Amino acid sequence: MSAPSAGTAPGRRAATASGPDGAGASSGAGGAGAAPRPADDGHSTPPWSRLHPLSPLIRSSRAVVAVLLVLVPRPLIFGDRGSLVVELVILGVAVAGAAVSWLVTRWRLHGAELQIETGLVRRQSIRIPLRRVQAVDLVRPLGARITGLAEVRVVLAGQGVGHEGLSFLTLAHAQRVREQLLALAPGPAGPAAVVDGVQDAEPAVGGWSWPGARGKPRGIPPSGSPPLVTTSTARLLASLLLSLPALALVLLLVGWGIVTARSGDAATVAGLVPVVLGFGGALGRRLNYQFGTTATAGPRALQVTSGLLQTRVETVAYDRVQAVRWVEPLLWRPLGWCRLEVDVARQRDAHEEPAANPRLDRALLPVGTRAEAQRVLDRLLPAADLTGPVRHRPPRRARWQKAPLSYRNLGVWADETLLVTSEGRLRRTRVVVPLAKVQSLRLVQGPYARRLQLATLHVDLAGRGGWGAVARCRDQAEAALLLDTLAARARSARRVGMPT
Amino acid sequence: MAGETADFRVPSPRLWVARQVQLAAVAAVLAVVLGGGCWAAYSPAAGLRALGVVLISAAAAWWSLRRRVRAWGYAERSQDLLVRRGVMVRRLSVVPYGRMQFIDVTAGPVDRWFGLATVQLHTAAAATDARIPGLSVPEANRLRDRLAALGEARSAGL
Repeated sequence: MSAPSAGTAPGRRAATASGPDGAGASSGAGGAGAAPRPADDGHSTPPWSRLHPLSPLIRSSRAVVAVLLVLVPRPLIFGDRGSLVVELVILGVAVAGAAVSWLVTRWRLHGAELQIETGLVRRQSIRIPLRRVQAVDLVRPLGARITGLAEVRVVLAGQGVGHEGLSFLTLAHAQRVREQLLALAPGPAGPAAVVDGVQDAEPAVGGWSWPGARGKPRGIPPSGSPPLVTTSTARLLASLLLSLPALALVLLLVGWGIVTARSGDAATVAGLVPVVLGFGGALGRRLNYQFGTTATAGPRALQVTSGLLQTRVETVAYDRVQAVRWVEPLLWRPLGWCRLEVDVARQRDAHEEPAANPRLDRALLPVGTRAEAQRVLDRLLPAADLTGPVRHRPPRRARWQKAPLSYRNLGVWADETLLVTSEGRLRRTRVVVPLAKVQSLRLVQGPYARRLQLATLHVDLAGRGGWGAVARCRDQAEAALLLDTLAARARSARRVGMPT
Repeated sequence: MAGETADFRVPSPRLWVARQVQLAAVAAVLAVVLGGGCWAAYSPAAGLRALGVVLISAAAAWWSLRRRVRAWGYAERSQDLLVRRGVMVRRLSVVPYGRMQFIDVTAGPVDRWFGLATVQLHTAAAATDARIPGLSVPEANRLRDRLAALGEARSAGL
């Protein structure tokens, strides 16, 4: 979180939520009338807007809380006038910095670009071409939820570009801006997409047209439509209790209990506290990010809302899905539960607060029955079948010498458009990848595998590594053949999806 | 391994010379520092022993480096580029031309002295490792231009 300071341009840029005529008051109740109007003659540029005045406060909410808890009460308690004055001065400087940072930041939608300007001493001007926008999320940290604000986070494609955002706007305005951005972002057929049968015109330079005005905004399901699947809270809590951190915690407590009973000395509880906090923190984080995950199906995307303290609204566009992963951990299998994760072609950078473990916030269905997961999968990739038995197991020699535990569940099969890999013993995992999304293929063979004439095939997808599909312990010759076959199929699958 | 039938090219023979020069430089520095340090700190015998250790490690590194440099290869097929490398862990990468995002050509000081360069392809995947070291500069430029042209011609979106 950037502290409100005047000279530096904060990593987050923000615009206030005033109306297009530049009026200062944030118009949450403005409704349709306060949305920026399309340019009349196509040549006049829309005016700049500002963010909500409380934005710097919420962006650095942790610092504010620290200030309030530490700086202010101390001189009052100890009655030290001198340090009180000093701390008030510091507070005043911080507030002035926040006010300046709010004043110098402004944004607008112009010429199919999102333009954000910020910074006092070092002016920073950011232009985000809406063509490159993959998704637009709505994020509401706790401070924003208390004050009725929200952040519009724009997610871009490819490497080297972080996410940008408008933090913070009032909730209604943020939702409107999100709809506008999604309407202007490219659809599946390329830059010019068809909305309701009408070909969108390319936005003219110097002005911008608002295609959404002619049709529904892309990707947003109609409000009030029934959700596709909801994560029930009871099941989520039960799944947390059946997870690894919880089990480890229970074992630890039991062990401590035994040791204490034997020795009769309970002073070791102090050493237990940080461990309990650590495990409890991990569980609490999971609960926070997965609480109430609900997926609603729209015409071109799934809208996913989730979160307990910090709520998020994300869009998972069908044509951006690179991989879907179906996971069945050991403890959930008797209950028939599973977990569905999706990998979307977007860049996740290091600043993103949500999860230390990126898997946490990629789960479309953190825990659900097999039927629910199948429903979501049918929506995302209609032709995929992940529940059948394993096909094309590795050769026999891989079982005893290379992968004794997971051999039963290893397999890979592919048709013209999809590739499915299966692996894992304790956490049975199946990954389905649309072949059109494959970036590159790799064949890896360690020394031991070479002796057994086995090789592992990796399928790479866009974004940070570690999530692609892996076909382990295949026969050497078969893996080579598979490499060529997949490369050819991926090429033809790409060609199918390309505009003519 | 796959693609054995493809026509693999190897980096320039000067790469091996350049790597030996680098290895010799590092070994010399280590020998002086460690040998001299042990000589001064403990005894001439300790210094000689440290020198021996450095020499043996340098020999082992030389042998392993020789195999690794020999194992590097690349093949330009009609639709994709194959890159193979590694001795202990053999790797083969297939990068379709349509998926390349950018190509960068780099050359460190030793490489520049020998007239070599390294070409690396990048796709949208961070895990793609298609790196070809030790190409002569005209060959590196030719590869880069050809790959860039092919990539543009066949590029697909994400």
